[in-house]
Amino acid sequence: MVSEMQVQVSAQPPSNLPQSRPYSRWRKYKNIVRNAISNPYNLMVLAAIVLLTYFIAVPLMEMIRTTFSLAKADVRRLGGDAQVGQFTLYYWKQILTSSVAKKMLYQPLFNSFIIAVSTSAIGVSLGAIIAWLLVRTDLPFKRFFSLAVIMPYMLPSWCKSMAWITVFKNERIGGTQGFLNYLGIQTPDWLAYGPVAIVAVLCIHYYAYAYLLVSAALRSVNSELEEMGEILGASKPLILKSITFPLVLPAILSSVILTFSKSMGTFGVPSFLGLKVNYYTISTMLHSTIKNQQTNLGFTISLILIVIASINIFINQKLIGTRKSYATIGGKGGHSALLQLGKWKVPITVLLLLFIVFAVFLPLVILLYQTFMLRVGDYGLSNFTLHYWIGKSDPMIYDGLPGIFNNVKFWHYVRNTLKLVIVTSLIATICGQLLGYINSRGRHLRSGRLVEQLVFIPYLIPSIAFGAMYLSMFASSTTVDILGYRITLIPALYGTFTVLVLVSIVKHLPFASRAGTANMIQISVELEEAAQIAGAGFPTRFAKIIFPLSKNGFMSGFMLIFISIMKELDLIVILMTPDQTTLPYMAYTYSAEGVTQLSNCVAIVMFLIVFLVYWVANKFFNANIAGGLGG
Amino acid sequence: MSRIVLSEINKYYGSNHVLKDLNLVVEDGDFMTLLGPSGCGKTTTLRVIAGLEKPQSGNIYMDEREVVNAKERFYEDPAKRGLNLVFQSYALWPHMTVFDNVAFGLKVEKVPKAQIAQRVQNALERMRISELAQRYPSELSGGQQQRVAIARAIVSEPKVLLLDEPLSNLDAKLRVDMRSELKRLHRELGATIIYVTHDQVEALTMSTKIAIFFDGVLEQVNTPMEVYQNPASIRIADFIGNPRINFIPGKAQRAGDLLTVESVLGIHQFNADTFTNEMPGDGLFDCVVGVRPEQIEISRQENAAGIPANIYSSMPAGSETLLQLSVGDVQILAKQIGLKNYAADQPVWMLINPESINIFHKETGRLIKRATSETEE
Repeated sequence: MVSEMQVQVSAQPPSNLPQSRPYSRWRKYKNIVRNAISNPYNLMVLAAIVLLTYFIAVPLMEMIRTTFSLAKADVRRLGGDAQVGQFTLYYWKQILTSSVAKKMLYQPLFNSFIIAVSTSAIGVSLGAIIAWLLVRTDLPFKRFFSLAVIMPYMLPSWCKSMAWITVFKNERIGGTQGFLNYLGIQTPDWLAYGPVAIVAVLCIHYYAYAYLLVSAALRSVNSELEEMGEILGASKPLILKSITFPLVLPAILSSVILTFSKSMGTFGVPSFLGLKVNYYTISTMLHSTIKNQQTNLGFTISLILIVIASINIFINQKLIGTRKSYATIGGKGGHSALLQLGKWKVPITVLLLLFIVFAVFLPLVILLYQTFMLRVGDYGLSNFTLHYWIGKSDPMIYDGLPGIFNNVKFWHYVRNTLKLVIVTSLIATICGQLLGYINSRGRHLRSGRLVEQLVFIPYLIPSIAFGAMYLSMFASSTTVDILGYRITLIPALYGTFTVLVLVSIVKHLPFASRAGTANMIQISVELEEAAQIAGAGFPTRFAKIIFPLSKNGFMSGFMLIFISIMKELDLIVILMTPDQTTLPYMAYTYSAEGVTQLSNCVAIVMFLIVFLVYWVANKFFNANIAGGLGG
Repeated sequence: MSRIVLSEINKYYGSNHVLKDLNLVVEDGDFMTLLGPSGCGKTTTLRVIAGLEKPQSGNIYMDEREVVNAKERFYEDPAKRGLNLVFQSYALWPHMTVFDNVAFGLKVEKVPKAQIAQRVQNALERMRISELAQRYPSELSGGQQQRVAIARAIVSEPKVLLLDEPLSNLDAKLRVDMRSELKRLHRELGATIIYVTHDQVEALTMSTKIAIFFDGVLEQVNTPMEVYQNPASIRIADFIGNPRINFIPGKAQRAGDLLTVESVLGIHQFNADTFTNEMPGDGLFDCVVGVRPEQIEISRQENAAGIPANIYSSMPAGSETLLQLSVGDVQILAKQIGLKNYAADQPVWMLINPESINIFHKETGRLIKRATSETEE
């Protein structure tokens, strides 16, 4: 009986196949097309690549081209038979080797470098230490601290430089006396203006990034990893050094990249604190060249700045390398045993409290206090006024500028700003979620990586250069004639609301897409596959599965972009026209014109809006802004 | 009716060749288990059948219908293949109640509301979880989530039910319960089930057929008993069975219809009717003798037909006793039913029915001599 049973030892091709149609090449091509079109991933990638090329790669190429092409203003300077638009190395020679190169490039570059390195070192250490204290130790008043330490993030950095000036300025340079002057303390110039002041202000602003990133990383490290070290007899400092620190190192390095490139490209703070003493950084130099119509030189400087940013990121990527992968190993640590601070508890709490008071509350209080001062520099009670908030126009005060609540323009700008911020954050967040979907599902595909890299480019370009790039691209329209039809390739958008929206969206795409990726990665592919097998097409899957599961992440991304655009000055300062003015620009111009109180009023209003949005998003949507920052 | 035929399937992830010339026929009503160590391609096979992965070459037919024709780049939509899948992670949608999870597919199909309620209720009752309908997945235990995932898969009345390691996240006791539950479900639904696991006990106890994969190659497809008694290769023999099979080195010589094998078990001769088609031609070669521990009888008395051995150690475990024996320099494991007591170094005699042993070609690793069946009807 046994030997009759045929043993199927190895699998042979089945002999009784159903009738198969003969192979048809036509059907193959039809199916290839059908598969390509019916796969939403392909369509999204295609759309993303086309749009990103148009909005990122083309402007970048245009900018590079401009640096090699002779501008009208410089034709005479070169003399001879020079023609407008001809190929030239003039600008690169001018920047790199001419007699003004030291003043225009090397000195500002050196200054920027000093500032960026100091800010990264101090700011990131500060942020990391605070993160560790708040996440891992038994520090008291944690709820208060964790809200207070991210408040600097909600106030534009240049507002803090206004507060800095208010405290430290002296009559010699500032014109009016600062608070310390008023108390009879003479402040030296090096403290009031220049690198020390700039680094100090940037540090109390950018430490928030390091805090957000490192605390997120610390929370994801399982405390059992540390407890294991303890069981093996390691002392607390040793555990901190050899277990905790290496685990959050990727987050720390990400913060360094972020802080370094942000402070390298920042414009507001060095412009407030540097220009008065002729201390130029690369970004203020860039701004002044572009303001002086030396666009080509400005673009050349921008490109140098972009190259530096790229090198910085490349080095950091090499450093982080494979280590990046274990950033979240261990998942949620369930319970997390807190380190006892013991006798250090009181001194550390007091120290942190002092830091919060000086770095977070004092700038706000100073700004607010100043809005109630009729004359700048007089801190007495007799000088108190509500004029700058609710006063009617008075010819005796600042040529009749009314208090902001009575200023028609102010309300117009508030509407402008809210419109810009809401439209931009919404679009950017939605794009970011879709890009995040591409990134998370296409990680292993060349197309997914291409999209990821394209999206990353705006991150490398300093805001102010980015604004300049859009200015040159959309200043006039470019049309081509195809088959007798005139097609506008690039419309003239300068001075329109659209260009502000565009530039804000594209510049913030790296953050939006990171927030989106962080969001999408946590939605398991299997959840979507289960719906696919049940017969749900892509729109249904997105509406019924992906979107409901990513709501909180969506809010986090939205808030991140909202806060960022709300404060944005560097990016749009070049593109501003009187009609499209936003609150940050209004505050900036008031301040530049010396109308400090009104400028502060506007800054306070901006802060309140940001704070309100943050509170709502945090309270009702459990949103978390760290996700989009992560690198 | 649902017969599935996979023909010449090849699947690559980049340069990684994960399925190599796969041919497999799943007959209607089979409980087919895809078995193998992790990374062997069994889950990929399941996903290719489900339509979640697209193979680079090959064809798949369900009944007479072609669902994959890689040459023409034709891949039928997963939803149109009349199957459903239970994921290893269950993949329950956390923002929907149990009822909504199960009803989702029917809603997509636009089934009338009353009918949805009825069918969901039936599916939940079948899995004995109707009282959980309004709960969210996070409020359920692992075993309950498992039942919801199965209910969601069967509510659409699929002709083929695919299960990807569904029991691997359950504790040992629940796993035994769910095994019998799944076997009952298979009988009641009458559907074809394709089941992926790396657990050979699950495969042996539940399936009507087992397909064993190694490194992307399907090495053997057969009934559980046949796979157990006549594993097609040394690595299958090694993978299937607990405690594991004994491998004893030997020398073999084939002369026409006669195979002579010499090892520490003595000299045995086998006839051509036990040969497989992997048998090499006439000549001398190295072989491996495979003997399952339970096929070795132990005699305490000297036995002329027996092979003398010494007890190396004795491991009584209640219902069975494992004996480690040494024969010359070879260690052999034997299994006896019930509690037995042996002293260390006690001499014993092993009785082995030569019909029941497997002979493998050492170089190719293939089975060359089959065991004859001992299954009791």
